[in-house]
Amino acid sequence: MKAIVFILFFVLRVVVNIPDVRGQDDGSADTDSLAARYAGYEDNEKCFTCHGGTIYEFTNPESGKKMRRLMPKSRVLSKKAFYNSVHHNFSCTDCHSYEFNTFPHPSELIFEEYMNCIDCHGGDEQFAEYHFDEIQKEFEKSVHYSQEGNGFSCWKCHNPHTYVPIARRTEDITTVVKISNNMCLNCHTNEEELRLFSGAKELDVSSAHDWLPNQTLHFQSVRCIECHTQINDTVMVAHLVLPKAKAVQKCNECHSQNSILMATLYKFKAKEERRTSGFLNGIIINESYVIGANRNKKLNTLSIVIMLATLGGILIHLVLRLIFIKNTKHGT
Amino acid sequence: MGHKLYLYPKWLRIWHFINLMLFFILIATGLSMHYSAASGWLVSSTGKAVSNVENGNFLMDFMTAVKWHNIAAIILCFNYLFYLIANSYTGNVRYYNIKEQALLKKIFIQARYYAYGMFKGEPHPFPVNEERKFNPLQKTTYFITMYVLMPLLVLSGIGLFFPELIPDKIFGLSGLLVNSLIHITVGYFLSLFMIVHIYICTLGVTPSTLFKGMINGYHEVH
Ligand code: HEM
Ligand code: HEM
Repeated sequence: MKAIVFILFFVLRVVVNIPDVRGQDDGSADTDSLAARYAGYEDNEKCFTCHGGTIYEFTNPESGKKMRRLMPKSRVLSKKAFYNSVHHNFSCTDCHSYEFNTFPHPSELIFEEYMNCIDCHGGDEQFAEYHFDEIQKEFEKSVHYSQEGNGFSCWKCHNPHTYVPIARRTEDITTVVKISNNMCLNCHTNEEELRLFSGAKELDVSSAHDWLPNQTLHFQSVRCIECHTQINDTVMVAHLVLPKAKAVQKCNECHSQNSILMATLYKFKAKEERRTSGFLNGIIINESYVIGANRNKKLNTLSIVIMLATLGGILIHLVLRLIFIKNTKHGT
Repeated sequence: MGHKLYLYPKWLRIWHFINLMLFFILIATGLSMHYSAASGWLVSSTGKAVSNVENGNFLMDFMTAVKWHNIAAIILCFNYLFYLIANSYTGNVRYYNIKEQALLKKIFIQARYYAYGMFKGEPHPFPVNEERKFNPLQKTTYFITMYVLMPLLVLSGIGLFFPELIPDKIFGLSGLLVNSLIHITVGYFLSLFMIVHIYICTLGVTPSTLFKGMINGYHEVH
Protein backbone atom coordinates (compact mmCIF):
# COMPACT_ATOMS: atom_id res chain seq x y z
CA MET A 1 0.00 0.00 0.00
CA LYS A 2 2.72 2.41 1.02
CA ALA A 3 4.63 1.59 -2.16
CA ILE A 4 1.62 2.30 -4.31
CA VAL A 5 1.06 5.63 -2.67
CA PHE A 6 4.70 6.46 -3.09
CA ILE A 7 4.68 5.58 -6.78
CA LEU A 8 1.46 7.47 -7.33
CA PHE A 9 2.89 10.45 -5.59
CA PHE A 10 6.04 10.24 -7.63
CA VAL A 11 4.14 10.03 -10.91
CA LEU A 12 1.95 12.91 -9.84
CA ARG A 13 4.97 14.97 -8.99
CA VAL A 14 6.52 14.40 -12.35
CA VAL A 15 3.27 15.11 -14.15
CA VAL A 16 2.11 18.23 -12.37
CA ASN A 17 5.44 19.24 -10.94
CA ILE A 18 4.43 19.45 -7.29
CA PRO A 19 7.32 20.64 -5.17
CA ASP A 20 8.38 18.04 -2.67
CA VAL A 21 7.45 19.55 0.65
CA ARG A 22 7.62 16.43 2.75
CA GLY A 23 9.83 16.83 5.75
CA GLN A 24 10.45 20.43 4.97
CA ASP A 25 10.82 22.68 7.96
CA ASP A 26 8.10 25.33 7.70
CA GLY A 27 9.16 29.02 7.70
CA SER A 28 12.81 28.58 8.38
CA ALA A 29 13.91 26.40 5.49
CA ASP A 30 13.25 28.16 2.24
CA THR A 31 15.38 31.17 3.03
CA ASP A 32 15.85 32.35 -0.52
CA SER A 33 12.21 32.64 -1.37
CA LEU A 34 11.46 34.34 1.94
CA ALA A 35 14.16 36.87 1.19
CA ALA A 36 12.62 37.49 -2.18
CA ARG A 37 9.17 37.91 -0.74
CA TYR A 38 9.67 40.04 2.33
CA ALA A 39 11.21 43.47 2.16
CA GLY A 40 12.81 43.45 5.57
CA TYR A 41 13.99 39.90 5.45
CA GLU A 42 17.74 40.38 5.34
CA ASP A 43 17.80 43.08 8.00
CA ASN A 44 15.61 41.00 10.23
CA GLU A 45 17.81 37.93 10.00
CA LYS A 46 20.28 39.65 12.28
CA CYS A 47 17.64 40.03 14.97
CA PHE A 48 16.19 36.56 14.47
CA THR A 49 19.59 35.00 15.01
CA CYS A 50 19.10 35.62 18.70
CA HIS A 51 15.38 36.41 19.04
CA GLY A 52 14.13 33.63 16.79
CA GLY A 53 14.65 30.93 19.41
CA THR A 54 14.81 30.32 23.11
CA ILE A 55 18.61 30.07 23.22
CA TYR A 56 21.09 32.56 21.85
CA GLU A 57 24.83 32.44 21.47
CA PHE A 58 27.57 35.00 21.26
CA THR A 59 31.32 35.16 21.62
CA ASN A 60 32.63 37.03 24.60
CA PRO A 61 35.00 39.62 23.09
CA GLU A 62 37.12 39.71 26.25
CA SER A 63 37.70 36.03 26.86
CA GLY A 64 37.01 34.88 23.31
CA LYS A 65 34.74 32.21 24.78
CA LYS A 66 31.49 31.15 23.17
CA MET A 67 28.54 31.72 25.48
CA ARG A 68 25.03 30.31 25.44
CA ARG A 69 22.13 32.06 27.15
CA LEU A 70 18.40 31.61 27.52
CA MET A 71 16.31 34.24 25.76
CA PRO A 72 13.47 35.47 28.05
CA LYS A 73 10.18 34.22 26.68
CA SER A 74 8.75 37.65 26.11
CA ARG A 75 11.68 38.44 23.82
CA VAL A 76 11.31 35.40 21.59
CA LEU A 77 9.52 35.72 18.27
CA SER A 78 8.69 32.91 15.91
CA LYS A 79 9.94 33.72 12.46
CA LYS A 80 7.17 31.78 10.85
CA ALA A 81 4.49 33.59 12.82
CA PHE A 82 6.03 36.93 11.98
CA TYR A 83 6.13 36.30 8.25
CA ASN A 84 2.56 35.04 8.33
CA SER A 85 1.36 38.12 10.15
CA VAL A 86 -0.07 41.27 8.64
CA HIS A 87 3.13 43.15 9.40
CA HIS A 88 5.36 40.70 7.56
CA ASN A 89 6.80 43.33 5.28
CA PHE A 90 8.39 45.39 8.00
CA SER A 91 11.92 45.55 9.24
CA CYS A 92 12.29 45.23 12.97
CA THR A 93 13.88 48.65 13.04
CA ASP A 94 10.89 50.23 11.32
CA CYS A 95 9.27 50.14 14.72
CA HIS A 96 12.17 49.51 17.08
CA SER A 97 15.08 51.85 17.56
CA TYR A 98 17.79 51.65 14.98
CA GLU A 99 20.25 51.34 17.81
CA PHE A 100 19.17 47.77 18.39
CA ASN A 101 21.46 46.98 15.51
CA THR A 102 24.39 47.04 17.91
CA PHE A 103 25.09 44.13 20.18
CA PRO A 104 25.02 44.17 23.14
CA HIS A 105 22.06 46.54 22.88
CA PRO A 106 22.64 49.90 24.57
CA SER A 107 20.99 49.91 27.98
CA GLU A 108 19.03 53.16 27.44
CA LEU A 109 16.94 51.24 24.96
CA ILE A 110 15.00 49.92 27.90
CA PHE A 111 13.24 53.32 27.84
CA GLU A 112 12.02 52.76 24.32
CA GLU A 113 8.31 53.46 24.11
CA TYR A 114 6.26 51.04 22.12
CA MET A 115 4.05 52.35 19.41
CA ASN A 116 0.35 51.66 19.48
CA CYS A 117 -1.89 50.67 16.59
CA ILE A 118 -3.18 54.17 16.32
CA ASP A 119 0.32 55.65 15.90
CA CYS A 120 0.49 54.20 12.41
CA HIS A 121 -3.14 53.48 11.65
CA GLY A 122 -4.74 56.67 12.95
CA GLY A 123 -6.62 58.21 10.05
CA ASP A 124 -5.28 55.41 7.88
CA GLU A 125 -7.14 55.47 4.57
CA GLN A 126 -5.67 52.25 3.32
CA PHE A 127 -7.22 50.32 6.16
CA ALA A 128 -10.30 52.45 6.58
CA GLU A 129 -12.59 49.42 6.72
CA TYR A 130 -10.93 48.39 9.99
CA HIS A 131 -12.00 51.65 11.65
CA PHE A 132 -8.90 52.00 13.80
CA ASP A 133 -9.92 55.39 15.13
CA GLU A 134 -13.28 54.09 16.23
CA ILE A 135 -11.59 51.15 17.94
CA GLN A 136 -9.27 53.54 19.75
CA LYS A 137 -12.28 55.53 20.94
CA GLU A 138 -13.95 52.38 22.16
CA PHE A 139 -10.81 51.28 23.95
CA GLU A 140 -10.63 54.64 25.67
CA LYS A 141 -14.10 54.04 27.08
CA SER A 142 -13.42 50.48 28.14
CA VAL A 143 -12.49 49.23 31.59
CA HIS A 144 -9.07 48.30 30.28
CA TYR A 145 -8.26 51.92 29.61
CA SER A 146 -8.14 52.71 33.32
CA GLN A 147 -4.95 50.64 33.39
CA GLU A 148 -3.40 52.48 30.52
CA GLY A 149 -1.07 54.30 32.90
CA ASN A 150 0.25 50.95 34.06
CA GLY A 151 1.04 50.00 30.51
CA PHE A 152 -2.15 48.45 29.26
CA SER A 153 -2.17 48.87 25.51
CA CYS A 154 -3.33 47.20 22.32
CA TRP A 155 -0.35 44.84 22.66
CA LYS A 156 -1.84 43.16 25.69
CA CYS A 157 -4.26 41.39 23.39
CA HIS A 158 -2.83 41.86 19.92
CA ASN A 159 0.76 40.98 19.34
CA PRO A 160 1.84 43.20 16.45
CA HIS A 161 4.48 40.65 15.46
CA THR A 162 2.03 37.84 14.92
CA TYR A 163 -1.26 39.59 14.28
CA VAL A 164 -3.70 38.05 11.82
CA PRO A 165 -7.25 39.44 11.43
CA ILE A 166 -8.72 36.12 12.38
CA ALA A 167 -12.39 37.09 12.53
CA ARG A 168 -12.29 38.19 8.91
CA ARG A 169 -10.12 35.46 7.52
CA THR A 170 -11.42 32.35 9.18
CA GLU A 171 -14.50 30.56 8.01
CA ASP A 172 -14.57 28.46 11.10
CA ILE A 173 -16.27 30.25 13.97
CA THR A 174 -14.97 27.77 16.54
CA THR A 175 -11.41 28.83 15.76
CA VAL A 176 -12.33 32.49 16.03
CA VAL A 177 -13.90 31.82 19.40
CA LYS A 178 -10.93 29.89 20.68
CA ILE A 179 -8.36 32.47 19.67
CA SER A 180 -10.45 35.34 20.94
CA ASN A 181 -11.14 33.75 24.30
CA ASN A 182 -7.52 32.82 24.75
CA MET A 183 -6.67 36.50 24.48
CA CYS A 184 -8.81 37.24 27.50
CA LEU A 185 -7.81 34.16 29.45
CA ASN A 186 -4.13 34.82 28.91
CA CYS A 187 -4.35 37.54 31.51
CA HIS A 188 -7.54 36.71 33.33
CA THR A 189 -6.39 33.30 34.44
CA ASN A 190 -2.79 34.33 34.91
CA GLU A 191 -1.94 35.87 38.22
CA GLU A 192 1.32 37.43 37.09
CA GLU A 193 -0.19 39.14 34.11
CA LEU A 194 -3.16 40.25 36.08
CA ARG A 195 -1.06 41.69 38.90
CA LEU A 196 0.60 43.96 36.40
CA PHE A 197 -2.65 45.90 36.25
CA SER A 198 -4.66 45.22 39.33
CA GLY A 199 -4.34 43.78 42.76
CA ALA A 200 -6.71 41.02 41.76
CA LYS A 201 -5.66 37.48 42.47
CA GLU A 202 -6.01 34.89 39.79
CA LEU A 203 -9.62 34.97 38.78
CA ASP A 204 -11.57 31.78 38.84
CA VAL A 205 -13.30 32.37 35.55
CA SER A 206 -15.11 29.12 35.83
CA SER A 207 -16.82 29.74 39.15
CA ALA A 208 -17.60 33.33 38.20
CA HIS A 209 -19.72 31.82 35.44
CA ASP A 210 -21.31 29.14 37.55
CA TRP A 211 -24.76 30.43 36.78
CA LEU A 212 -24.31 29.61 33.10
CA PRO A 213 -25.77 26.22 32.16
CA ASN A 214 -23.55 24.08 29.96
CA GLN A 215 -20.57 26.29 30.68
CA THR A 216 -18.07 24.37 28.58
CA LEU A 217 -20.25 24.50 25.53
CA HIS A 218 -20.81 28.21 26.00
CA PHE A 219 -17.08 28.85 26.34
CA GLN A 220 -16.40 26.86 23.18
CA SER A 221 -19.14 28.44 21.16
CA VAL A 222 -19.14 32.12 21.99
CA ARG A 223 -16.53 34.68 22.81
CA CYS A 224 -16.18 36.41 26.17
CA ILE A 225 -16.73 39.69 24.37
CA GLU A 226 -20.21 38.66 23.28
CA CYS A 227 -21.44 39.46 26.77
CA HIS A 228 -18.69 41.70 28.12
CA THR A 229 -18.63 44.47 25.52
CA GLN A 230 -21.01 47.03 24.22
CA ILE A 231 -22.12 46.29 20.68
CA ASN A 232 -20.80 48.67 18.07
CA ASP A 233 -22.28 49.02 14.61
CA THR A 234 -19.18 50.18 12.85
CA VAL A 235 -16.35 48.05 14.04
CA MET A 236 -16.15 44.37 13.37
CA VAL A 237 -15.12 43.36 16.87
CA ALA A 238 -16.37 45.44 19.77
CA HIS A 239 -13.60 46.83 21.98
CA LEU A 240 -15.61 48.62 24.61
CA VAL A 241 -15.16 46.15 27.41
CA LEU A 242 -17.75 46.87 30.07
CA PRO A 243 -17.46 46.67 33.84
CA LYS A 244 -18.48 43.33 35.27
CA ALA A 245 -21.87 44.52 36.44
CA LYS A 246 -22.88 45.58 32.96
CA ALA A 247 -22.22 42.23 31.30
CA VAL A 248 -25.10 40.48 29.57
CA GLN A 249 -26.75 38.10 31.97
CA LYS A 250 -30.11 37.48 30.41
CA CYS A 251 -30.20 34.25 28.44
CA ASN A 252 -32.54 35.55 25.82
CA GLU A 253 -30.26 38.33 24.72
CA CYS A 254 -28.66 35.54 22.73
CA HIS A 255 -31.31 32.85 22.92
CA SER A 256 -33.95 34.63 20.95
CA GLN A 257 -34.96 35.42 17.48
CA ASN A 258 -33.26 38.79 17.69
CA SER A 259 -30.14 37.32 19.16
CA ILE A 260 -27.30 39.75 19.84
CA LEU A 261 -25.03 37.11 18.35
CA MET A 262 -26.14 38.34 14.96
CA ALA A 263 -24.57 41.69 15.76
CA THR A 264 -21.49 40.23 17.40
CA LEU A 265 -20.07 36.80 16.71
CA TYR A 266 -21.96 36.27 13.48
CA LYS A 267 -21.76 39.85 12.34
CA PHE A 268 -19.38 39.34 9.47
CA LYS A 269 -21.17 36.26 8.27
CA ALA A 270 -24.52 37.91 8.79
CA LYS A 271 -23.61 40.73 6.45
CA GLU A 272 -22.45 38.28 3.80
CA GLU A 273 -25.50 36.13 4.21
CA ARG A 274 -27.97 38.95 4.09
CA ARG A 275 -26.43 40.13 0.88
CA THR A 276 -26.68 36.75 -0.78
CA SER A 277 -29.87 35.23 0.53
CA GLY A 278 -31.60 37.74 2.74
CA PHE A 279 -32.06 34.95 5.25
CA LEU A 280 -30.55 35.60 8.61
CA ASN A 281 -30.81 32.80 11.05
CA GLY A 282 -29.39 30.40 8.53
CA ILE A 283 -25.91 31.33 9.58
CA ILE A 284 -26.08 30.18 13.12
CA ILE A 285 -27.73 27.05 11.87
CA ASN A 286 -24.71 25.76 10.02
CA GLU A 287 -22.15 26.53 12.66
CA SER A 288 -23.67 25.48 15.90
CA TYR A 289 -27.02 25.48 17.54
CA VAL A 290 -28.41 28.26 19.65
CA ILE A 291 -31.66 27.36 21.33
CA GLY A 292 -34.24 30.02 20.65
CA ALA A 293 -32.19 31.69 17.93
CA ASN A 294 -32.08 28.90 15.42
CA ARG A 295 -35.53 29.20 14.21
CA ASN A 296 -36.27 27.84 10.84
CA LYS A 297 -39.23 29.86 9.71
CA LYS A 298 -40.44 27.26 7.24
CA LEU A 299 -40.33 24.44 9.76
CA ASN A 300 -42.09 26.54 12.35
CA THR A 301 -44.81 27.50 9.92
CA LEU A 302 -45.18 23.89 8.88
CA SER A 303 -45.46 22.80 12.50
CA ILE A 304 -48.17 25.35 13.17
CA VAL A 305 -50.06 24.35 10.03
CA ILE A 306 -49.99 20.67 11.01
CA MET A 307 -51.07 21.56 14.53
CA LEU A 308 -53.99 23.65 13.26
CA ALA A 309 -54.98 20.95 10.78
CA THR A 310 -55.02 18.42 13.60
CA LEU A 311 -57.11 20.66 15.83
CA GLY A 312 -59.40 21.39 12.89
CA GLY A 313 -59.82 17.68 12.24
CA ILE A 314 -60.69 17.12 15.87
CA LEU A 315 -63.20 19.95 15.79
CA ILE A 316 -64.89 18.60 12.68
CA HIS A 317 -65.04 15.15 14.20
CA LEU A 318 -66.55 16.56 17.35
CA VAL A 319 -69.22 18.44 15.43
CA LEU A 320 -70.06 15.36 13.38
CA ARG A 321 -70.34 13.37 16.59
CA LEU A 322 -72.74 15.89 18.05
CA ILE A 323 -74.85 15.85 14.90
CA PHE A 324 -74.94 12.15 14.16
CA ILE A 325 -74.68 10.51 17.52
CA LYS A 326 -77.43 11.78 19.74
CA ASN A 327 -76.69 9.02 22.13
CA THR A 328 -72.97 9.23 22.73
CA LYS A 329 -72.77 5.73 24.13
CA HIS A 330 -70.76 3.80 21.60
CA GLY A 331 -67.39 2.87 23.05
CA THR A 332 -64.00 2.48 21.45
CA MET B 1 -75.46 -3.13 30.64
CA GLY B 2 -71.69 -2.91 30.19
CA HIS B 3 -69.23 -4.98 32.14
CA LYS B 4 -65.78 -3.99 33.28
CA LEU B 5 -62.31 -5.28 32.52
CA TYR B 6 -59.34 -4.55 34.74
CA LEU B 7 -56.93 -3.42 32.02
CA TYR B 8 -54.90 -0.62 33.59
CA PRO B 9 -52.89 -1.94 36.54
CA LYS B 10 -51.78 0.43 39.25
CA TRP B 11 -48.15 0.73 38.13
CA LEU B 12 -49.36 1.73 34.67
CA ARG B 13 -51.71 4.36 36.00
CA ILE B 14 -49.02 5.82 38.19
CA TRP B 15 -46.55 5.88 35.30
CA HIS B 16 -49.14 7.41 33.05
CA PHE B 17 -50.09 10.11 35.50
CA ILE B 18 -46.49 11.15 36.14
CA ASN B 19 -45.84 10.99 32.42
CA LEU B 20 -48.63 13.35 31.49
CA MET B 21 -47.76 15.85 34.20
CA LEU B 22 -44.17 15.88 32.98
CA PHE B 23 -45.35 16.31 29.40
CA PHE B 24 -47.22 19.45 30.33
CA ILE B 25 -44.11 20.88 31.95
CA LEU B 26 -41.81 19.80 29.12
CA ILE B 27 -44.03 21.19 26.40
CA ALA B 28 -44.54 24.53 28.14
CA THR B 29 -40.86 24.96 28.94
CA GLY B 30 -39.74 23.62 25.55
CA LEU B 31 -42.00 26.06 23.74
CA SER B 32 -40.76 28.87 25.93
CA MET B 33 -37.16 28.17 24.99
CA HIS B 34 -37.92 27.69 21.34
CA TYR B 35 -39.96 30.85 20.95
CA SER B 36 -37.90 32.91 23.37
CA ALA B 37 -38.33 36.65 22.81
CA ALA B 38 -40.52 38.72 20.61
CA SER B 39 -40.12 39.15 16.89
CA GLY B 40 -37.97 41.70 15.11
CA TRP B 41 -34.28 41.60 14.31
CA LEU B 42 -31.70 43.11 16.52
CA VAL B 43 -29.77 43.74 13.36
CA SER B 44 -31.80 45.91 11.06
CA SER B 45 -31.76 45.54 7.30
CA THR B 46 -29.05 48.15 6.95
CA GLY B 47 -26.77 46.02 9.08
CA LYS B 48 -26.93 48.47 11.95
CA ALA B 49 -27.43 47.07 15.38
CA VAL B 50 -30.59 48.36 16.97
CA SER B 51 -29.70 48.92 20.56
CA ASN B 52 -31.97 48.61 23.57
CA VAL B 53 -34.20 46.03 21.98
CA GLU B 54 -36.24 44.58 24.78
CA ASN B 55 -35.91 40.86 24.68
CA GLY B 56 -39.22 39.54 25.82
CA ASN B 57 -39.88 36.16 27.34
CA PHE B 58 -42.27 33.59 25.99
CA LEU B 59 -44.40 32.08 28.75
CA MET B 60 -41.55 32.33 31.27
CA ASP B 61 -38.01 33.47 31.82
CA PHE B 62 -35.49 31.48 29.75
CA MET B 63 -33.51 30.40 32.77
CA THR B 64 -36.64 29.19 34.51
CA ALA B 65 -37.60 27.26 31.42
CA VAL B 66 -34.19 25.59 31.24
CA LYS B 67 -34.32 24.69 34.92
CA TRP B 68 -37.77 23.14 34.84
CA HIS B 69 -37.23 21.45 31.52
CA ASN B 70 -34.13 19.83 33.00
CA ILE B 71 -35.86 18.73 36.17
CA ALA B 72 -38.86 17.33 34.34
CA ALA B 73 -36.62 15.71 31.73
CA ILE B 74 -34.57 13.82 34.29
CA ILE B 75 -37.68 12.55 36.04
CA LEU B 76 -39.14 11.60 32.67
CA CYS B 77 -36.07 9.55 31.80
CA PHE B 78 -36.47 7.48 34.96
CA ASN B 79 -40.20 7.28 34.52
CA TYR B 80 -39.71 6.00 31.00
CA LEU B 81 -37.15 3.47 32.15
CA PHE B 82 -39.64 2.32 34.76
CA TYR B 83 -42.28 1.94 32.06
CA LEU B 84 -39.97 -0.10 29.83
CA ILE B 85 -39.09 -2.49 32.63
CA ALA B 86 -42.58 -2.81 34.10
CA ASN B 87 -44.21 -3.15 30.72
CA SER B 88 -42.02 -6.11 29.85
CA TYR B 89 -41.99 -7.60 33.33
CA THR B 90 -45.77 -7.59 33.73
CA GLY B 91 -46.39 -8.75 30.19
CA ASN B 92 -48.46 -5.65 29.40
CA VAL B 93 -46.14 -5.27 26.44
CA ARG B 94 -48.04 -8.03 24.62
CA TYR B 95 -50.81 -5.57 23.82
CA TYR B 96 -48.29 -3.57 21.83
CA ASN B 97 -47.35 -6.43 19.56
CA ILE B 98 -47.67 -5.09 16.04
CA LYS B 99 -46.54 -8.26 14.31
CA GLU B 100 -49.97 -9.12 13.10
CA GLN B 101 -51.48 -10.37 9.89
CA ALA B 102 -52.69 -7.63 7.57
CA LEU B 103 -52.03 -4.89 10.10
CA LEU B 104 -52.24 -2.09 7.57
CA LYS B 105 -55.61 -3.26 6.40
CA LYS B 106 -56.87 -3.45 9.97
CA ILE B 107 -55.57 0.04 10.65
CA PHE B 108 -57.49 1.23 7.67
CA ILE B 109 -60.65 -0.48 8.88
CA GLN B 110 -60.28 1.22 12.26
CA ALA B 111 -59.61 4.60 10.67
CA ARG B 112 -62.64 4.19 8.47
CA TYR B 113 -64.69 3.45 11.55
CA TYR B 114 -63.54 6.66 13.25
CA ALA B 115 -64.11 8.72 10.12
CA TYR B 116 -67.36 7.20 8.96
CA GLY B 117 -68.66 4.01 10.55
CA MET B 118 -69.16 5.34 14.03
CA PHE B 119 -71.50 8.03 12.78
CA LYS B 120 -73.57 5.38 11.07
CA GLY B 121 -73.83 3.42 14.27
CA GLU B 122 -71.75 0.54 12.92
CA PRO B 123 -70.43 -1.88 15.50
CA HIS B 124 -66.89 -1.46 16.75
CA PRO B 125 -64.62 -3.41 14.37
CA PHE B 126 -62.17 -4.50 17.08
CA PRO B 127 -64.00 -4.66 20.40
CA VAL B 128 -61.87 -4.59 23.53
CA ASN B 129 -61.35 -7.80 25.47
CA GLU B 130 -58.69 -9.26 27.77
CA GLU B 131 -56.55 -10.25 24.85
CA ARG B 132 -57.07 -7.10 22.88
CA LYS B 133 -56.75 -3.95 24.92
CA PHE B 134 -55.97 -1.76 21.91
CA ASN B 135 -57.43 -1.68 18.44
CA PRO B 136 -54.84 -2.01 15.63
CA LEU B 137 -54.59 1.72 14.99
CA GLN B 138 -54.25 2.48 18.69
CA LYS B 139 -51.73 -0.29 19.15
CA THR B 140 -49.55 0.92 16.31
CA THR B 141 -49.70 4.49 17.57
CA TYR B 142 -48.80 3.46 21.11
CA PHE B 143 -45.98 1.28 19.80
CA ILE B 144 -44.50 4.08 17.74
CA THR B 145 -44.95 6.53 20.59
CA MET B 146 -43.47 4.42 23.32
CA TYR B 147 -40.84 2.41 21.46
CA VAL B 148 -39.70 4.74 18.69
CA LEU B 149 -40.42 8.36 19.56
CA MET B 150 -39.82 8.24 23.31
CA PRO B 151 -36.35 6.67 22.95
CA LEU B 152 -35.46 9.28 20.34
CA LEU B 153 -36.73 12.04 22.59
CA VAL B 154 -34.83 10.79 25.61
CA LEU B 155 -31.61 10.14 23.69
CA SER B 156 -31.61 13.49 21.91
CA GLY B 157 -32.50 15.11 25.25
CA ILE B 158 -29.50 13.44 26.85
CA GLY B 159 -27.48 14.75 23.92
CA LEU B 160 -28.63 18.25 24.80
CA PHE B 161 -27.62 17.68 28.40
CA PHE B 162 -24.19 16.39 27.48
CA PRO B 163 -23.24 18.08 24.21
CA GLU B 164 -19.79 16.51 24.42
CA LEU B 165 -21.43 13.16 23.63
CA ILE B 166 -22.61 14.35 20.24
CA PRO B 167 -20.30 14.04 17.23
CA ASP B 168 -19.14 17.42 15.93
CA LYS B 169 -20.52 16.77 12.50
CA ILE B 170 -23.43 14.63 11.38
CA PHE B 171 -23.97 14.46 7.61
CA GLY B 172 -21.78 17.52 7.26
CA LEU B 173 -24.01 19.53 9.56
CA SER B 174 -23.27 20.60 13.08
CA GLY B 175 -23.97 17.64 15.37
CA LEU B 176 -25.63 19.97 17.85
CA LEU B 177 -27.98 21.12 15.17
CA VAL B 178 -28.99 17.65 14.03
CA ASN B 179 -29.49 16.50 17.60
CA SER B 180 -31.61 19.52 18.44
CA LEU B 181 -33.68 19.14 15.31
CA ILE B 182 -34.40 15.54 16.24
CA HIS B 183 -35.32 16.63 19.74
CA ILE B 184 -37.67 19.38 18.68
CA THR B 185 -39.27 17.38 15.90
CA VAL B 186 -39.86 14.33 18.06
CA GLY B 187 -41.06 16.52 20.95
CA TYR B 188 -43.44 18.17 18.54
CA PHE B 189 -44.87 14.90 17.21
CA LEU B 190 -45.30 13.60 20.74
CA SER B 191 -47.20 16.75 21.63
CA LEU B 192 -49.35 16.19 18.57
CA PHE B 193 -49.86 12.60 19.65
CA MET B 194 -50.95 13.77 23.08
CA ILE B 195 -53.61 16.06 21.68
CA VAL B 196 -55.08 13.42 19.40
CA HIS B 197 -54.70 10.83 22.15
CA ILE B 198 -56.71 12.92 24.58
CA TYR B 199 -59.41 13.46 22.00
CA ILE B 200 -59.63 9.80 21.03
CA CYS B 201 -59.95 9.01 24.72
CA THR B 202 -63.27 10.86 24.71
CA LEU B 203 -64.69 8.22 22.40
CA GLY B 204 -65.49 5.82 25.22
CA VAL B 205 -68.92 4.68 26.33
CA THR B 206 -69.36 8.22 27.52
CA PRO B 207 -66.76 10.95 26.86
CA SER B 208 -65.36 10.52 30.36
CA THR B 209 -65.38 6.73 30.63
CA LEU B 210 -61.85 6.13 29.42
CA PHE B 211 -60.40 8.82 31.64
CA LYS B 212 -62.12 7.27 34.63
CA GLY B 213 -60.64 3.97 33.51
CA MET B 214 -57.18 5.44 33.63
CA ILE B 215 -57.91 6.48 37.20
CA ASN B 216 -59.56 3.39 38.62
CA GLY B 217 -58.08 0.81 36.29
CA TYR B 218 -61.32 -0.56 34.81
CA HIS B 219 -62.22 -0.42 31.17
CA GLU B 220 -65.94 -0.29 30.61
CA VAL B 221 -67.29 -2.34 27.72
CA HIS B 222 -70.87 -2.10 26.65
C1 HEM C 1 -42.63 16.18 25.39
C2 HEM C 1 -41.42 16.19 25.74
C3 HEM C 1 -40.42 17.23 25.32
C4 HEM C 1 -40.57 18.32 24.53
C5 HEM C 1 -41.83 18.80 23.83
C6 HEM C 1 -39.31 18.98 24.47
C7 HEM C 1 -39.05 20.13 23.76
C8 HEM C 1 -37.90 20.83 23.83
C9 HEM C 1 -37.67 22.06 23.16
C10 HEM C 1 -38.65 22.75 22.23
C11 HEM C 1 -36.44 22.48 23.50
C12 HEM C 1 -35.78 23.76 23.06
C13 HEM C 1 -34.96 23.51 21.86
C14 HEM C 1 -35.12 24.63 20.88
O1 HEM C 1 -36.22 25.07 20.62
O2 HEM C 1 -34.12 25.05 20.32
C15 HEM C 1 -35.87 21.51 24.38
C16 HEM C 1 -34.61 21.59 24.95
C17 HEM C 1 -34.06 20.62 25.74
N1 HEM C 1 -34.64 19.40 26.06
FE1 HEM C 1 -36.50 18.85 25.64
N2 HEM C 1 -38.40 18.28 25.21
C18 HEM C 1 -39.04 17.20 25.74
C19 HEM C 1 -38.50 16.21 26.51
C20 HEM C 1 -37.18 16.16 26.91
C21 HEM C 1 -36.56 15.07 27.55
C22 HEM C 1 -37.23 13.76 27.88
C23 HEM C 1 -35.27 15.42 27.78
C24 HEM C 1 -34.13 14.67 28.44
C25 HEM C 1 -33.96 13.44 28.51
C26 HEM C 1 -35.09 16.75 27.30
C27 HEM C 1 -33.93 17.48 27.40
C28 HEM C 1 -33.76 18.72 26.86
C29 HEM C 1 -32.60 19.51 27.07
C30 HEM C 1 -31.38 19.12 27.90
C31 HEM C 1 -32.79 20.69 26.38
C32 HEM C 1 -31.80 21.88 26.29
C33 HEM C 1 -32.20 22.96 27.21
C34 HEM C 1 -32.09 22.56 28.65
O3 HEM C 1 -30.98 22.25 29.12
O4 HEM C 1 -33.13 22.54 29.30
N3 HEM C 1 -36.28 17.18 26.76
N4 HEM C 1 -36.78 20.51 24.56
C1 HEM D 1 -53.44 14.84 29.54
C2 HEM D 1 -52.82 13.90 28.93
C3 HEM D 1 -53.29 12.48 28.76
C4 HEM D 1 -54.50 11.92 29.01
C5 HEM D 1 -55.77 12.60 29.50
C6 HEM D 1 -54.41 10.53 28.68
C7 HEM D 1 -55.43 9.61 28.79
C8 HEM D 1 -55.32 8.26 28.59
C9 HEM D 1 -56.35 7.31 28.77
C10 HEM D 1 -57.77 7.66 29.18
C11 HEM D 1 -55.85 6.10 28.48
C12 HEM D 1 -56.60 4.78 28.52
C13 HEM D 1 -57.29 4.49 27.23
C14 HEM D 1 -56.40 3.77 26.30
O1 HEM D 1 -55.79 2.76 26.67
O2 HEM D 1 -56.29 4.24 25.16
C15 HEM D 1 -54.49 6.26 28.14
C16 HEM D 1 -53.65 5.23 27.80
C17 HEM D 1 -52.34 5.44 27.38
N1 HEM D 1 -51.71 6.64 27.27
FE1 HEM D 1 -52.41 8.43 27.75
N2 HEM D 1 -53.14 10.25 28.28
C18 HEM D 1 -52.43 11.43 28.29
C19 HEM D 1 -51.12 11.61 27.97
C20 HEM D 1 -50.31 10.60 27.48
C21 HEM D 1 -48.97 10.80 27.08
C22 HEM D 1 -48.23 12.13 27.08
C23 HEM D 1 -48.52 9.58 26.68
C24 HEM D 1 -47.16 9.19 26.16
C25 HEM D 1 -46.24 9.92 25.69
C26 HEM D 1 -49.56 8.64 26.85
C27 HEM D 1 -49.47 7.30 26.55
C28 HEM D 1 -50.44 6.38 26.78
C29 HEM D 1 -50.28 4.97 26.59
C30 HEM D 1 -49.02 4.29 26.07
C31 HEM D 1 -51.47 4.37 26.98
C32 HEM D 1 -51.76 2.90 27.01
C33 HEM D 1 -51.25 2.33 28.29
C34 HEM D 1 -51.48 0.87 28.40
O3 HEM D 1 -52.60 0.49 28.71
O4 HEM D 1 -50.53 0.11 28.18
N3 HEM D 1 -50.66 9.29 27.34
N4 HEM D 1 -54.18 7.61 28.20
